[in-house]
Amino acid sequence: MNKTRVRQLWFAATLLISLFLMLIPLPGPLMPLKPYWPALVLLYWCLQSGDRVTLGLAFCLGVAADLFDGVLLGEQALRLTAMVFIALRFRSRLRFFPMWQQSLAVLGLLVNDRILLMLVRVFSGDPLPPPEYWISPLVGAALWPFLFLILDDLRARLRIHEA
Amino acid sequence: MALNRDDQSPLFAAGVVGTLRLIVYLALACVLMVLDHRGGWLPSVRYGLSLVVEPVYRIAGLPSQGFHAATVAFADRQRLTDQNQRLREDLLLANAKLNRMASVAEQNQRLKELLDTQHSLSLNVQLARLIGVDLGSFRHRIVLNVGARDKVRPGQVVIDARGVMGQIVEVLPTTSVAMLITDPNHAIPVTIERTGLRTIAYGSRAGDMLMLPNIPVSADVQVGDKLVTSGLGGRFPPGFPVGEIRDVAQTPSGTFLSAQARPAADLDRSEDVLLLHDLAENAGPPEPAQEAGPPASLAPDPNAPPAATPAPAPTGASTAAAPAGGAP
Repeated sequence: MNKTRVRQLWFAATLLISLFLMLIPLPGPLMPLKPYWPALVLLYWCLQSGDRVTLGLAFCLGVAADLFDGVLLGEQALRLTAMVFIALRFRSRLRFFPMWQQSLAVLGLLVNDRILLMLVRVFSGDPLPPPEYWISPLVGAALWPFLFLILDDLRARLRIHEA
Repeated sequence: MALNRDDQSPLFAAGVVGTLRLIVYLALACVLMVLDHRGGWLPSVRYGLSLVVEPVYRIAGLPSQGFHAATVAFADRQRLTDQNQRLREDLLLANAKLNRMASVAEQNQRLKELLDTQHSLSLNVQLARLIGVDLGSFRHRIVLNVGARDKVRPGQVVIDARGVMGQIVEVLPTTSVAMLITDPNHAIPVTIERTGLRTIAYGSRAGDMLMLPNIPVSADVQVGDKLVTSGLGGRFPPGFPVGEIRDVAQTPSGTFLSAQARPAADLDRSEDVLLLHDLAENAGPPEPAQEAGPPASLAPDPNAPPAATPAPAPTGASTAAAPAGGAP
């Protein structure tokens, strides 16, 4: 019982931290390199414990991110829901991929996410984004193995393995 | 394959239910977006939830604040001394200029009073600090540490020491969000200082430049021309520096010149900014002049002995105003 509570706390904490990471600014030239943290953390949880991540959770996290970012309400909710849906669909396959293939899959998901974002922005009347806009998914995919291993390692250290 | 057993198998009904759920959530998100885009009630929702949003901003701003503190703490003595020296010189220079300006401003004030206009050179400003929060890349917005409690209103102009930075677009109880002039959705009416040509400077999608896409082909625009606010449109008061032209070229259609300008303000370096309190005067015809002098009821009786009136000039003014105010 105590263990499940710790597990849930850790789960919520990683999601909260990802929201904070999204808000923390980087110095000017590094700005376009910032990965989309909530998506990465959510993907990790999708692969690790798929029963805990649902579309509703992705939607709620997205709405919270929208509130903090001050963008159109529902924009990130849409993106995260779509991403989590795809990830859950292919979960059993993605889990057994070797790390480099997993990274490629994450790259695909993040690029898809960027395309969705671009569609929403263009529909709401913004101009097309500059080329630097497409760097962020690459950085996200490059960081994926490290993020995955670190989160996995932390989980092992906290002894909150499932089962 | 015992591991796969407890997963939801994509082959069976779970997949259909999942797709249905996806559609419901996507539709919900779309409805939210459309409603928000049309109604624009995101700011009010955020205002309501400011109890949550603002502490998060403060916490998220801590790392950049700490980084700044660390650079100061670990900066070597030499650099600090140099910086101090430079600041002293700047201050001296600025004070000298200010003193000279003060006399000019005073003279200007007198002359303007003579001309009976109500412009004033003094600025009513409020100091604000930036909070280091990233509101998404490619969105030219900044968060300031003043809000509704400090009587900030949407539309107030944000400037720094060098020029116009932008305007407040959203106000929370103790923070506010300002849109920079480089935002693609922002436009600011300007005049070119050298020639007086009026035009509009838009933000651009490619980084930190301003675009002036519709200058007449025959206009005289050169690289290095300074842009100042024109005061038209009633949002930005006239005379503040906006930028400097860096590049002039014909548009592909050949009907206009299009220029690029670099903003005068340090958009990505300023930490302390000023909020202008009085907004620009409204465009359009001037309002009817207020009647000057004491109210008509206090006008001295014309039959009174002349010794009672202290000076002839105020009497003239009040008698002139009396018919305007008292006529049925």
